[in-house]
Amino acid sequence: MQLTRTQTARAHSRRSLTDVQIQVLFIAPTIILLVLWNIFPLFYSLYLSFTEFSVIKPDVPPAWIGLQNYNKLLNDPRIWQYFTLTGRYVVITVALQAIVGFGLALFLRERFKGSGLITTLILIPIMMSPVVIGLFWKLIYNPAFGIFNYLIGYSVPNSGPDWLGEASRALWAIIIVDVWMWSPFVMLLCLSGLKAIPDYLYEAAAIDRASPWFQFWRITLPQVAPLLLIAILFRTIEAFKTFDLVMGLTGGGPGDATELIAVYLYRAAFTRFTTGESSALAYIILVIVIAVSNLYVRSLNRIRGENH
Amino acid sequence: MADIELQQVEKRFGEQYAVRPLDLFIKNGEFVALLGPSGCGKTTTLRMIAGLETVSGGKIILNGQDVTWLKPSQRDVAMVFQFFALYPHLTAWENIAFPLQAEGESKENIKRRVKEVAELLRIEPLLKSRPGALSSGDQQRIALARALVRRPSCFLMDEPLGALDADFRETMRSEIKRLHILQNATTVYVTHDQIEAMAMADRIVVMSQGVVQQVGTPAEVYHAPSNLFVAQFIGSPGMNLVRGNWADGVVTLPGDNRYTPPAGWPEALNRGLSGSGVIVGFRPEAVNIHPNGQLAAGVYSVDLHGSYTMLVLEMGDDHSIHARVSRDAHFTVGETVRFDLTPSMVRFFDPKSEKAIPIINHES
Repeated sequence: MQLTRTQTARAHSRRSLTDVQIQVLFIAPTIILLVLWNIFPLFYSLYLSFTEFSVIKPDVPPAWIGLQNYNKLLNDPRIWQYFTLTGRYVVITVALQAIVGFGLALFLRERFKGSGLITTLILIPIMMSPVVIGLFWKLIYNPAFGIFNYLIGYSVPNSGPDWLGEASRALWAIIIVDVWMWSPFVMLLCLSGLKAIPDYLYEAAAIDRASPWFQFWRITLPQVAPLLLIAILFRTIEAFKTFDLVMGLTGGGPGDATELIAVYLYRAAFTRFTTGESSALAYIILVIVIAVSNLYVRSLNRIRGENH
Repeated sequence: MADIELQQVEKRFGEQYAVRPLDLFIKNGEFVALLGPSGCGKTTTLRMIAGLETVSGGKIILNGQDVTWLKPSQRDVAMVFQFFALYPHLTAWENIAFPLQAEGESKENIKRRVKEVAELLRIEPLLKSRPGALSSGDQQRIALARALVRRPSCFLMDEPLGALDADFRETMRSEIKRLHILQNATTVYVTHDQIEAMAMADRIVVMSQGVVQQVGTPAEVYHAPSNLFVAQFIGSPGMNLVRGNWADGVVTLPGDNRYTPPAGWPEALNRGLSGSGVIVGFRPEAVNIHPNGQLAAGVYSVDLHGSYTMLVLEMGDDHSIHARVSRDAHFTVGETVRFDLTPSMVRFFDPKSEKAIPIINHES
């Protein structure tokens, strides 16, 4: 009897919370964090982008200057130069990652002895910190004792190119590291796409006398396309924001040969502390990233529509 | 158009036989059904002919050419799969055009031939849809069109109606039959449905546990099954099989029944039986009920099937047999009926070897 009463009481107290209340209770912490760390900074920085302000002068309040920050940035030839450089970097590195990653996925698609181990080994770069990667690739690229030049055929120390020190090569040096680091990510997504293609499609294609080449273009690629596109979308957004690798490898140099837009933004915000102006630049980058990813999402939806 | 010849073709997985050495000759234009319960090796046999499965031994000869070790693409075969195997990201038109595009046919040719085959199968309105948007019957029509469009020398069909709804199945059955007559292409058709095999095939290959049990026309496998498996498997219900004893010119059956075999059979039984035991086999429609019948049995149940009535009779304890009688006849459960068997429809089996006893001067 006693027990039954306690149970009823508990059931009552539980019932006193409606389903909606429970939902709110579970969602609230996330919402609060999101507002504090994402929504508020987002709108506050939008406000700051229209002001003259520096965080190291907290006693000087933000002064409203309208579109002046944007005006200045968009008329600055250097900004356009860095955007162009970033664009080139993004296109080259993402294209290479897509090709290398997809190739690796094709190679690892068939199970063979040791394929599991090889897959794990290939994934290691993703798990490492970009700063650490920057540091040891600096050693790898070192013209005096680095192994990179040795592997590409310069066996005498200091005879090969200084990858990080020459303006014409520094961007490529970063691209090589980025491809090395992130191709496995593309591979992972493509691999799951490849493994989901049912065998019977290839059996039907074999009966239909399709050559391996024809099968690749007409079955494999279209079937993996949605996942490949998602991988490319992620990598494009990430590549646009590349910062840590550059800081670790070249610091934007030599000169401004590897001054990607995110590196420049970092300098504006945290070396020169032109907070208002850098907020405006951040917004320009945001708009570009949203525009580019929208293009991807659109073509992704188109492909998905075809698959159903 | 082509002949297909299998010589001692077998498939082993380790020590396990999926298909025991098998000989089969399928002549040009023939419609052959591989029939058997699941796991009997019929699909494996078909896939070996297609080249999707390698053989463990033997030879496959297609149109006089040894194709045993050729790839599917090097054999002139088309296949229809049980679950259609359409390319989901391509439209129906693109699916049908796929084999032609793979061969590098010209655009006009492809257009013309897809149109022809779409007209033949009456699927023109579906050509722009993707497989996912089509009913299973329409998907199988597209798959048939894809197989037909290349005009291969033979068609292999792996339970093409297995994934369809019952009412669709009959429509598609007659469509495939009509196509076969129009195209006159050699067709190998795998099914577990004996009605399908009986209705469509010129010849039926009955398989069980990787072994061919009998090869014959539908009438042969139905009326003269070569062993107990075929007798039970073909027909629904299967052949009535009643265990008895053969002595002094009479077969003693359960329920104190004594049956005199028709003319010609006593000699065959004396010669063919390994002991005194015998199994008498007869189809439900071989049972003729009349008051002076030689045999007697009790009525166990009376099932009206619309156009006829199926009686379940009990001969002695636990020996039930099926009898097909006119739908106008009336019986009450529990009453005893007397009947005879149509002499030409009675078969005898040896209980030990499970094989049919052959008779020489007797036509089925």
